[in-house]
Amino acid sequence: MSYPGIICETVSFQGHNNDKSEAYYARPSKQGRVGGVVLIHHLPGWDEWSIETARKIAHHGYACISPNLYFRDGPGSHDDIGARVRAAGGVSDNQVVGDVAGSIAYLRAQPNSNGKIGLIGFCSGGRHVYLVACQLGNIDAAVDCWGGNVIVDDKTQLNAKRPVAPIDLTAKMTAPLLGLFGNDDANPTADQVNRTEAKLKELGKTYEFHRYDKAGHAFFNYARGDAYRAEATADGWKKVFAFYGKHLGGAA
Amino acid sequence: MCSYIVEKAALRGSAKGPSGWMRIDTANVYYDHPYHAPMDHALAIDFVCEADGARERVAVEISRESALELIERIKAALASGDAAHGAAQACERVSVAATQSEVASLF
Repeated sequence: MSYPGIICETVSFQGHNNDKSEAYYARPSKQGRVGGVVLIHHLPGWDEWSIETARKIAHHGYACISPNLYFRDGPGSHDDIGARVRAAGGVSDNQVVGDVAGSIAYLRAQPNSNGKIGLIGFCSGGRHVYLVACQLGNIDAAVDCWGGNVIVDDKTQLNAKRPVAPIDLTAKMTAPLLGLFGNDDANPTADQVNRTEAKLKELGKTYEFHRYDKAGHAFFNYARGDAYRAEATADGWKKVFAFYGKHLGGAA
Repeated sequence: MCSYIVEKAALRGSAKGPSGWMRIDTANVYYDHPYHAPMDHALAIDFVCEADGARERVAVEISRESALELIERIKAALASGDAAHGAAQACERVSVAATQSEVASLF
């Protein structure tokens, strides 16, 4: 048995407003065309776990780009930059959609691209996946991992940076959606997940949701001992790669 | 949960960070996933100086129980400090008065 090789590097791409942005890019070293995945990092920022996860996706046969959505607030350590972004109320939805669109363009421009594009996002990145899947029409598979605030019950939480609740854009979603959620999560709650599923069903969208008992937020994250759930994580990744295999092709 | 909810406290003082002492004018306070503390949620406080661009911070992440205990200890420290300093100031006033009396008595 042998393991597939991967090549990883930090690259530049054209982000929102044509800003020169930075991203981590991990891809299989083998010859041939593969599907691409944009990994949208969680609210704490472009941290080591996000980068390790990009390598995992490449290890499974996909070209994965993880844009640093907070690069405009650097330089500095990812935690200092994350704190800076939080204090400023986060990054705007428009900017994130622009940076993801730039990441997709980067993937499609690579000679190894088979033209298919998937998304995956965690925490706030899960919400961004839902949003991008509604706003960009060129996505082939979207994976929302416990994205909170897809439903916004308290409308006072909407603001200039996040003016619309993603749930209200669901009619525009064209990509198949995979959702993974912990039943003990406070954001999104189990009730909010049910309501999101009801909306997808009502509008005839292609989706599959999986819920895990005794799991809360961020249960994939082994860097957070209290949140990590090994069995749910193993099953969740199986679901993700089966979904990508079906919609992006070329699964390893 | 992950949220952008931040309580901002305006304050006046200094904090010691990686580059030494700096003035601070704001504490950003939030209760969310920590970066470093080994717990699911933590009360985090970032001391920054927004007037200087908030490029540096002095950060703490503590448990909910620790945060509540800290609040009580801050109140207790202020109360005992006020009492002690008030006594000291009264003492100084007495001392100064006595000294003036003593000085006056010389003439």
